[in-house]
Amino acid sequence: MAQAITRASTPPPVRSAPRLRLPWPLSIYQTAVGKKWVMGLTGMALLGFILVHMTGNLHLYEGPVEVHEYAETLRNLGTEIVPRTWLLWALRVGLIIAFVLHIHSAYSLSQMSLAADQRYRGGRNYIAASFASRTMRWTGPIIGLYLFYHLADLTWGWFNPDFVRGDPYHNVSESLSSVPVAVLYIVANVALAVHIFHGAWSMFQSLGVNSPRYNHLRRYLAATLAGAILVGNLSFPVFVQAGVIDDGGRSFVEELRRHGAAEEDH
Amino acid sequence: MSAEINLTLKVWRQPGPSAEGSFSTYEAGGISTDASFLEMLDIVNERLIESGEDPIVFESDCREGVCGTCGLMINGRAHGPQKGTATCQLHMRSFSDGDHITIEPWRATSFPVLRDLAVDRRAMDAIVAAGGYISVNTGAAPDANLTPVPKEAADTAFDAAACIGCGACVAACPNSAAQLFAAAKVQHLNLLPQGQPQRWARTEAMVETMEAFFGSCTNHGECEEACPKEIPIDFIAWTNRDYIKAKVKNRKLAD
Repeated sequence: MAQAITRASTPPPVRSAPRLRLPWPLSIYQTAVGKKWVMGLTGMALLGFILVHMTGNLHLYEGPVEVHEYAETLRNLGTEIVPRTWLLWALRVGLIIAFVLHIHSAYSLSQMSLAADQRYRGGRNYIAASFASRTMRWTGPIIGLYLFYHLADLTWGWFNPDFVRGDPYHNVSESLSSVPVAVLYIVANVALAVHIFHGAWSMFQSLGVNSPRYNHLRRYLAATLAGAILVGNLSFPVFVQAGVIDDGGRSFVEELRRHGAAEEDH
Repeated sequence: MSAEINLTLKVWRQPGPSAEGSFSTYEAGGISTDASFLEMLDIVNERLIESGEDPIVFESDCREGVCGTCGLMINGRAHGPQKGTATCQLHMRSFSDGDHITIEPWRATSFPVLRDLAVDRRAMDAIVAAGGYISVNTGAAPDANLTPVPKEAADTAFDAAACIGCGACVAACPNSAAQLFAAAKVQHLNLLPQGQPQRWARTEAMVETMEAFFGSCTNHGECEEACPKEIPIDFIAWTNRDYIKAKVKNRKLAD
């Protein structure tokens, strides 16, 4: 029969074994399930940071002095044992490592999936996949770019002519009073909340935290976390625009410093 | 009450594994709503043969939802619109007169199309061959209840063992991940006493074989919806947990 089906040879593996076998615990990261563990754990660390960061930023509603005191508290963390800012830097280094691992695992797992998947010519109907789960590969890079802008804007002061180092209240109110910047913050934080809505649930599955009696709570937890972070983070650009967070362009830290310098002159 | 409906089918035709494929449109008139989806395709094929055309190649065997041979992407959904149903158990009463139905083969890099709607699913066999078994000395049948199994464990293992290996989970997954299939095959043994001696070796070998062929799970949950046996994604989470444990335990055993 001319039209007999000719068997293709056994499908070749999509992914070849790593050329270099790393020593044991690192070898776990060379597997996809291991990378998902790392993604889940680093996601949890980053989520913890975002939650603390958002909660700490609520000091903006108390006033410039309180925000300054809060910032000083962070710098003075652990001064009983280590020199000033050391513990803060240790936390920052931990965050940077978590962030790099989160991005690297996401990138390499995406590459693996893109190689394994074939497009349906007639389209695909989604039933369970949510908007959040399908846009993780978009919301992730959006958050990454926003994070860079956020640091450049409020930590390094690249984009803000009125930037005063060490006066977060002043810098926030100066930056976010510009409408395009406020819009950028709103868009980025919506992306962040969407990312967390899937990530905070997905984390449990990846880490194997699954017990049928409590499984329904995982969705509520993810929705609550995403909702709380969304409301908290969006409130800052909104209330700066509304004029609630405003120091009238006068940095109290700068005045304090000028005052201190003047006293030294006497 | 059976009725007859007229359908327009858009079917993927591909003469061979390396040939270019494309959609062909066929009018399927006078189809009984009591016909199964595969019987509808049989009727269309009879007509194609009569008119001298090549019939549409698709796979089927038991036609009662237990063998896992059939499997079609129907209107963008694995096994069609009815939940918990394999293609053979889907009936034409799920469709209405005048419907357009798009039929495609499972698509994944590790599921190469053999012809038309038939795909090569041997990558899934490779996963089972890596550890989806228990090693026992065969001989006289053991006494009943010689190995006590808690009812809950037996029930849960049975839920996983319901997997018929059709590949709908891979087909429905936007990442073409075989997590649900592999997890079901790992867990139906890992949950039972008979599966314990090889538990960690099995988990590691099956997961790593799966990763050589399929994509990475991002927890969309599409597989659970597509599965004709409604196997829950809880098994995926338990396999993730067993895998990390296996990575620790196997290292200890190897030393």
